[in-house]
Amino acid sequence: MQLFSCPFCGPRDETEFHFVVEAGKSRPEPADRVTDAEWAAYLHTCKAPKGAAREVWLHLTCGEYFMMTRDTVTRDVTGSEPLRGTET
Amino acid sequence: MQRYSALSLLRHSLSHHKGWQPAWRKAEPRDAYDAVIIGGGGHGLATAYYLAKHHKMRRVAVLERSWIGGGNTGRNTTVVRSNYFYPESVALYDLSLRLYEGLSRELNYNIMLSQRGMLIAAHTPMQMEICARIANAMQLNDVDGELMTAEAAERQVPLVNTGPSARYKCMGGIWQPRAGVARHDAVAWGYARAANALGVDIIENCEVQEIHTEGSAIAGVETSRGRIRTDRLGIAAAGATPSLVQQVGVSLPIHDYALQAFVSEPVKPCLDTVLLYLGTGAYLSQSDKGELVIGGGLDRVPTHSQRGNLPVQETVLSGLLEMFPAFAQLKLLRQWAGVVDVVPDSSPIIGPVGPEGLHINCGWGTGGFKAIPAGGYLLAHLLATGKHHEISRSFDLSRFAHGRLIDEAAGSGIAH
Repeated sequence: MQLFSCPFCGPRDETEFHFVVEAGKSRPEPADRVTDAEWAAYLHTCKAPKGAAREVWLHLTCGEYFMMTRDTVTRDVTGSEPLRGTET
Repeated sequence: MQRYSALSLLRHSLSHHKGWQPAWRKAEPRDAYDAVIIGGGGHGLATAYYLAKHHKMRRVAVLERSWIGGGNTGRNTTVVRSNYFYPESVALYDLSLRLYEGLSRELNYNIMLSQRGMLIAAHTPMQMEICARIANAMQLNDVDGELMTAEAAERQVPLVNTGPSARYKCMGGIWQPRAGVARHDAVAWGYARAANALGVDIIENCEVQEIHTEGSAIAGVETSRGRIRTDRLGIAAAGATPSLVQQVGVSLPIHDYALQAFVSEPVKPCLDTVLLYLGTGAYLSQSDKGELVIGGGLDRVPTHSQRGNLPVQETVLSGLLEMFPAFAQLKLLRQWAGVVDVVPDSSPIIGPVGPEGLHINCGWGTGGFKAIPAGGYLLAHLLATGKHHEISRSFDLSRFAHGRLIDEAAGSGIAH
């Protein structure tokens, strides 16, 4: 069982967490000038990095979104910060 | 190539089996090829075989970063089936099943295909409705699928929990008689041997580090064993595909997850079919050695490490015991995981991307093994002709921008 750390609740069981999105994705604006390809890229594509990753996660039990820094190969978690005031 | 037959077995037995040759030669990379395929799993090797066989391209190399068949080809639960919902998917997966049906003979290599049938078991009236819908869709698509009653399902899988305490009592489900299992390693080795006999170079321990382009076309690859020139590049590298194509400016809708599987100690024959249980999300079959081969849902933490986490193991194994209380005393022999490339609509991505001459075959997620012959067949067609086969056209990457998703996860009601 892996422990992830919620910035609000501390280390908790991995089953309480849900992956949301890779960091750095923002909705293309303005909507009426966004092409289908841009919108599809926003909806679907991802980097799926091998190694260092920054991702938005949801702590299901407290309902807060936060930024997690971790390694997708070693599974080490090196950071966990609230979204507010965080560079995404 | 030495042909395998009862007669050759007999002949070699006279010399104490010391005259067998390696099934394929270890090739050194040459400077240039007509086509290069990245990934020496089932899909990559099948691509090379069909390129050589059907399209007469013999100067072909398969580059594998470790040993062939050591990725998801060697890590799956060996199920082959075509019980899908959408016409596009059925066309794809049934092509694969039909190719599997003739594969041992075609490759002169026993892939031990055992079409023992597969039951997708339902335990609620709603799931039975979904099953009826899929069975109808399969019949409309000219594939052998039928709705099975609870009584017939009990006869098919006598050990399944039907007692009064059964939490997920089986109400019946979808039965596909032509589904079954095949020997996964043999599929990789059979394709490797047959491709090699047609002149294909299979190069192991050769990791691709960079893709070279000239103008807007593929020029070659830089590997751990030197530079190789080619103007046709196929990628069949599952979870490694996104980082490879990112070098040439292509982003894919692929998330990498670990998918786990388990094998029990061998026991006497007790399950002569493949069973997927919608209620528990677990599936299993019994191998020829008597081991139970067990699988379940994805590990929901995106990862590139080939090992799984405990919560999913608990879910799968508790599901197994719920279905088969008699298996509670079994010991597990092995547990492992592969990295699977999951696409939002649970359908593969096959087609050209980025620079001219680059074609990919990926996104099979949790179901790549059953699709090996079709994946290879279609990628070979793309590499040789530069054009889509009519079966692969629907699976082009452009479907995401067009909104023409083939959403098998939602369509078939199966977790994956």
